[in-house]
Amino acid sequence: MSQIHIKQGHIIDPVNNINRVGCVYIADGKIISVTNEPAGFKPDTIIDAQHKIVCPGFIDLSTRLREPGQSRKATFKSETAAAANGGVTTLCLQPDTSPVIDTPAVAELIKELAKNAGYPQIYPIAALTQKLEGTELSAMLTLKQAGCIAVGNANQSVRNLLVLRRAMEYAASHDMLVMFRPNDYWLGNNGCAHEGAFATRYGLPSIPEAAETIALAQCLELVELTGCRVHFGQLSCKRSVIKIHQAKKYGLHVSADVAAHQLHLTENDIIPFDSNYHVLPPLRTEADRQYLRQGLASGTINSICSDHQPHDKDAKLGAFPETEPGVSSVETLLPLMLKLVAQRIITLEQGIASLSGNPARVLRIKSGALTVGFSADVCVFDPELDWQVNADNWKSQGVNTPFWGQTFKGRVTHTFQAGNMIHCLEKFG
Amino acid sequence: MSENLQLNSEGKLKHFLSIEGLPKSLLTEILDVAESFVGIGDNQIKKVPLLRGKTIVNLFFENSTRTRTTFELAANRLSADVLSMSISTSSTSKGESLLDTIRNLEAMYVDMFVVRHSISGAAHFIAQQTAPHISVINAGDGQHAHPTQAMLDMFTIRQIKKDFSTLRVAIIGDILHSRVARSQIQALNTLGAAEVRVIAPKTLLPAHVESLGVNVSHNLTAGLKDIDVIMMLRLQKERMTSALLPSESEYFKCFGLTEDKLKIAKPDAIVMHPGPINRGVEIDSKVADGPQSVILKQVSNGIAIRMAIMAMAMQKQGVS
Repeated sequence: MSQIHIKQGHIIDPVNNINRVGCVYIADGKIISVTNEPAGFKPDTIIDAQHKIVCPGFIDLSTRLREPGQSRKATFKSETAAAANGGVTTLCLQPDTSPVIDTPAVAELIKELAKNAGYPQIYPIAALTQKLEGTELSAMLTLKQAGCIAVGNANQSVRNLLVLRRAMEYAASHDMLVMFRPNDYWLGNNGCAHEGAFATRYGLPSIPEAAETIALAQCLELVELTGCRVHFGQLSCKRSVIKIHQAKKYGLHVSADVAAHQLHLTENDIIPFDSNYHVLPPLRTEADRQYLRQGLASGTINSICSDHQPHDKDAKLGAFPETEPGVSSVETLLPLMLKLVAQRIITLEQGIASLSGNPARVLRIKSGALTVGFSADVCVFDPELDWQVNADNWKSQGVNTPFWGQTFKGRVTHTFQAGNMIHCLEKFG
Repeated sequence: MSENLQLNSEGKLKHFLSIEGLPKSLLTEILDVAESFVGIGDNQIKKVPLLRGKTIVNLFFENSTRTRTTFELAANRLSADVLSMSISTSSTSKGESLLDTIRNLEAMYVDMFVVRHSISGAAHFIAQQTAPHISVINAGDGQHAHPTQAMLDMFTIRQIKKDFSTLRVAIIGDILHSRVARSQIQALNTLGAAEVRVIAPKTLLPAHVESLGVNVSHNLTAGLKDIDVIMMLRLQKERMTSALLPSESEYFKCFGLTEDKLKIAKPDAIVMHPGPINRGVEIDSKVADGPQSVILKQVSNGIAIRMAIMAMAMQKQGVS
């Protein structure tokens, strides 16, 4: 197989404590050196990475690629191209596909679709309960053996706490990670916006913070009871950050992520009735945004995910509460992280760790670092390159983003997945 | 967004979707124009030819008697051709089909849509999607806005009280679910009312309601002090089944407007209600039919206000 020389880039690999200019050497899909040129190295591809950052490929803990079941919205082909364009080399797929990821057949179908799309590193998250209905346990061990990396509830609430307890106990028995999006069904009350001034003004059904924090608190109690390994996904509010911080201090082994847009947008940014701002959990207040940012800076929240949810035009065409929630976001993941660096909320090392080493640790996979022997998942980006979010620069089939038309700084120039170049800006098209 | 959407480049009314974003001068103009239409109902011939040759479609995705009828009458009196359609929400619950309905009607050379819909933002959505020559009037969308109702209320208040700047207004009841209340609050604040007070139990108030520019009271007796205008809201029966209130009788005991409670307000206070009234739930019959009630006046004024708004929204097309 091919040999690749990524030359003279600014290497940042937080896991291995590397932050210097140098070269990365890849052979047979693996990292073989980040120091000296290995003996007999004959690269067939040389990437000039001068003035660029070379870092581990990004690992996205929450995505939806819309297959199987909703290929009118997006396909593995379109969304893996989008992921590659965003520097993402590993994707976790939420289980709310159609059919739900609750049988090995669906998990295998996903693996097959991934392989056919030329992007094999897609990890299905299995449904915590059958059909995500919150009543019967899914066959977690079988699903694990079929390649599922964790079990989760996607956007569905588990209304019965006894079922949640048993699901967590069962997951713990098989040492499976539970990826939990805390959301109390009743308090959520089918809302579409944060319960605050904005929803009040526009008469929108609303979701209080307590819908998230109560479900989070209940699950934390069950972590202590069951010893289950839980990762909390897509947190949206201040009190959730405080609760995770307290739980960690208390000694619970939990982790958490936040969707990139939650670190930037609040209810005040919503253009009235613009469905591109319809996301779940909803955009909340400035105080929530500040706490999420602080939580990321302090490590209470260790990962940023895209929570990528591409939609077709029709899904977003309607009165705000009637439209489907979610943002097509995998391609804005890097620039939104870099914006936090520019605003001095986090360091570049922290930002890269939150997209690579930290999510790898959550998933316990050998990735997210430029460690010799690891799969050569590498992202090369130009931190100074300006680009506009428009059809010319966009790969996702979903154009549902509140950032459409905006100009961002920082663009991925090359993405390698297991040594395959899956994105090259010069050959973009 | 709403400003740009509702006004044309010269600042004239194009769509009428919500009170928010409309300047005081425009609200006053609506009231003045409505004034000129008031007498028409008394004439032998109750018509003016302002909108002759124009086609107005009333699109009611939600049931209504009063609002639809007054819109129809208003359009008729402006000499427009009117088509009223009641469309069951179930067949148009998706954006595509709502849009398809609009596209089909557009193809029939319609000039104006009057829209009522159960979802907040529906009228905005239609205004954004529809052909540029078509005006959209919001006849109530979800829990968001009911701006023509608010304007007829303002019209009624001005008829009786003349000046807004000295007025203390209480809005009583289910603010949480009320598009009427939201529009009333915005209109009263834009027109410079001295105080807008909302009176309701916490379960019927939206979060951060004070951000709308109101004072809050949970007690009717205390809340009615010094009030010039009392605006009652209808209490929907389903509020009892969704655990927002224990019972109609307890609600009436706490928040029902009776003659005794009315005495706490200023002696010349007026009592308003957008209808339909739940007698014995939010208001006692003696008050509803009493001398301080202007409820039926509101209904008559609904025609003049809707004529004014329709005529003004059409003006941008070079009519009138």
